[in-house]
Amino acid sequence: MSIYALFNNLPALLVVVPLLLSPIAALIPSGRLAWVTALLGNGISVIAAMLLCSVTASGIRITYFLGNWPPPWGIEFVVDDATSLTAMVMAALAFLATLFAGRALASEIAAKDVGKAYAAWLLACGGLYGLLMTADAFNLFVFLEISALASVILIALGAGQDRRALIAAYNYLVIGAVGATFYVIGVGFIYAVTGSLNMADLAQRIPDVEAGSIIYVGFGFMVAGMLVKAAVFPVHIWLPAAYSYAPSAVSTLLAAIATKAAIYVLARIIFTVFGGVPEVTALALEWVVVPLSIAGIFVGTIMAIYERDIKKMLAFSSIAQIGYITLGIGIATGAGIAAGFIHIGNHALIKGGLFMAVGGIFLATGARVSVDSMAGIGRKMPVTATAFLICGLSLIGLPLTAGFISKLYLVRALLDNQNLLIVGLVLASSALSVVYLWKIVEVMWVRPAQVDVMEISERPALYIPLWVVAISNIWLGLDAGWLVGAAEAAAASLLGAGG
Amino acid sequence: MTQVITPLMSSETGILIGLLVPLLVGLVTPLLAVRSLWRDAAGPLGAVVTFVAALHVAGAVLAGETPRLVLLEFVEGLRFEFAVTPLGAVFGLVASGLWIAAGLFSVGYMRGNHEKHQTRFAAFYAVAVHAALAIAWSGNLLVLFVFYEILTFSTFPLVTHKESKAARDAGRLYMSILVGTSVVLLLPAVIYVWVKTGSLDFVPGGILAGHVAPEFVPWLLACFAFGTGKAALMPFHRWLPAAMVAPTPVSALLHAVAVVKAGVFTMLAVVVYVFGIDFLAESGGSDWLVWLASFTILASSFVAISKDDLKARLAYSTISQLSYIVLGAAIATSSAAQGSALHIVMHAAGKITLFFCAGAIYVRAHLTKISELDGQGREMPLVFIAFFLGALSIIGIPPLGGSWSKFYLMLGAMERDLVLVLAVLGLSSLLNIYYLLEPVQRAFFRPKTRQVEVTSQPLTVVPPVATATLSVLLFFFVDQINALAKLMAG
Repeated sequence: MSIYALFNNLPALLVVVPLLLSPIAALIPSGRLAWVTALLGNGISVIAAMLLCSVTASGIRITYFLGNWPPPWGIEFVVDDATSLTAMVMAALAFLATLFAGRALASEIAAKDVGKAYAAWLLACGGLYGLLMTADAFNLFVFLEISALASVILIALGAGQDRRALIAAYNYLVIGAVGATFYVIGVGFIYAVTGSLNMADLAQRIPDVEAGSIIYVGFGFMVAGMLVKAAVFPVHIWLPAAYSYAPSAVSTLLAAIATKAAIYVLARIIFTVFGGVPEVTALALEWVVVPLSIAGIFVGTIMAIYERDIKKMLAFSSIAQIGYITLGIGIATGAGIAAGFIHIGNHALIKGGLFMAVGGIFLATGARVSVDSMAGIGRKMPVTATAFLICGLSLIGLPLTAGFISKLYLVRALLDNQNLLIVGLVLASSALSVVYLWKIVEVMWVRPAQVDVMEISERPALYIPLWVVAISNIWLGLDAGWLVGAAEAAAASLLGAGG
Repeated sequence: MTQVITPLMSSETGILIGLLVPLLVGLVTPLLAVRSLWRDAAGPLGAVVTFVAALHVAGAVLAGETPRLVLLEFVEGLRFEFAVTPLGAVFGLVASGLWIAAGLFSVGYMRGNHEKHQTRFAAFYAVAVHAALAIAWSGNLLVLFVFYEILTFSTFPLVTHKESKAARDAGRLYMSILVGTSVVLLLPAVIYVWVKTGSLDFVPGGILAGHVAPEFVPWLLACFAFGTGKAALMPFHRWLPAAMVAPTPVSALLHAVAVVKAGVFTMLAVVVYVFGIDFLAESGGSDWLVWLASFTILASSFVAISKDDLKARLAYSTISQLSYIVLGAAIATSSAAQGSALHIVMHAAGKITLFFCAGAIYVRAHLTKISELDGQGREMPLVFIAFFLGALSIIGIPPLGGSWSKFYLMLGAMERDLVLVLAVLGLSSLLNIYYLLEPVQRAFFRPKTRQVEVTSQPLTVVPPVATATLSVLLFFFVDQINALAKLMAG
């Protein structure tokens, strides 16, 4: 096979490699080898995503026909700037989460389950990449289900530590299924009036459809389904429990990449598929997405302030952060969408790092991490706590961190749009987020350690992924050129595709 | 003053050294933890090197240059750069120069008091100085904002140093006001300027004229004025008295000089280099700020009178004096702005002296209340003489430095026919006399009411004497600094 063939099949590789490696991981008896398999699969994904990025950066929009069946009959993969950026972010974070999982997962679940866990892990990753690549509305549903079912397994694995993981997994299964069903119902409506499932094809046909109300209904169902998957307030209720009772490594993976894919699909539906009927999408953006985003920002932040359990606190904070992303996308200007994509990348880094650090503390203390049990951790585990601090400062948007760049561009996009009220709300919520984050920092360093914390020591095995993420948070705060440029290109390609 | 060292380094190197040395001191201090002598020497030595660099940079500015150091480009069009304006040169000199005295004092205080965690303290102290210098020399509003936040975060461990409940509560108030105002008000103001003008650079004469409608100017100015919580303009002043829970070296250098001056420096820089004095005066957008600053001056003076705790009284006095500088910016004439720039220097030298004295009294005699000071003047004559001189300078009596800045502020008020402001300044001086000289009067002219054991601690006495002397010298050798201030006011 020549190198060109490899290149030509890049979009498929990103999806197929993790999916194919998944059964292999399940069959490997040694947990260690299964981990190496998962690492290999995610490593290949990172390389494939990087190559895709370099191709789209040169202005090429990749289209790929699965099995050489041309659309609208066959399934098509399309990779443009928006796809490759999201794929890059997700692949990189998934790889780091896998690296982190090596020690973390093995010590949190039964040894006999480790191989199967990595099988589900690879399935989840492959399914999520599939969501990004596919240009077929129904095929998207298939990938949605693959990733969701695999995630349910991963969350349920937390039951070894805390039985509540089972309820969390069940809730995720049911609510996620509702979301997916909504989506597929919407696809059904649209298919009924257009007779097509290919996104580009749909984008062309939808403006010509006579029965306008069906378009509204179909669009409404598709968007509602994706809002559930993206955990936008008030359909976020599956997320806090799922993130907080899953094993640490799973929380890291899901927090970093799972909702990002759903947000990407949301943007695709709104700007690509329905780009030709702005009167339909504007209604949803103005009256649904933007108000819900703002409500989610406040609800998530306030819930986080009152939460004592750290993983749950971070999960609530995710609701708020998802709100910032969908707010940027919701204002639907180039600058706004770019701000949303910038925060997709930055939030993945921030939350990935925070969950890793909390996972490290959990491994060291052996008990659920709450605000009280973090007392004195700053002295006992300075390396982990410092990484937590860096990611935390990035979360609240301190200058010189990645989070600041996100905030800068979001506020700028809002000011450009003359949304002074929303600017005020965003900044007020951002100031509120200091409250919960700083509470942890204060407890870690200022409050004296509890007696049983005396025995605790660092977990150097987790340093590499944790610090790669922490340093990236600073690096992208100093030199944001690449991410900002890529996000602006992503926004342009999303808006351009809709005409 | 700079000719001697000119051949040694370019002004760019000067900036680099001035910024790197404090940071390096902060990083090296933990490594020297076991050798307390070296650890404690690092601060003052670093301070001397930094001050020499700051002198050099200021010399270049006086010669008409704009020393510049571009580190990298954040995103397109926004550079991470340092560019020293005349005002920045002044603030840089103040922060680095007084760090020498404060560094020495800090060693004496922490050792004499047997404080815990001296290494952590010394490290964050140096990082805070680094942030203050970076603010002074920042090349645009974004860099200024960046280091404004870093200064807040790096001083948090210093404020909560005692780790008591009072310290934790104070730390919370400190963070919530400073971070809250900066994020909710200052940041959008900065981004608004960026959106409107496409630039965040500091340009003599300002960049906003023609980009912002005059009726919007008061609102934008309000975002800057309240957003820089470090300027302690009422009603966002409560963090400053709360921060007095920190060890006195922190109150002296940071909460009388570096942190609070970073706040008023930001205000002044925004008025002079972003709004432009002329544009602000024409639009009348700062008239409200004149009255708010006047109110803060008087109100906090009255609060100061009611405080018996020496550090609390000094804190309220600081709030009052900071508003002098805000007032000068708000009056928006060249003389008033010049007075503000001078007051940054004069008040710094005076107030750091007073805090040094308060710290020396605490370390040597363990007294914190003014009512306890009766008759202690004979026990600690040098300390109280230094206090006397520092107080006189803040009141503004010749031949002390503080008289210059008040002179220019009054001149500015006259130019705009603000008679009421003159009255405020006069009344404030009277109040200053009352509440700043009371401790001195009690110490020297009241009979001793309590016997305290006074220990000897020379490192806490030399710095206040030195800075008090500086306050006197600043009256006679004000030329160069005044030249810089004039250069700023244009």
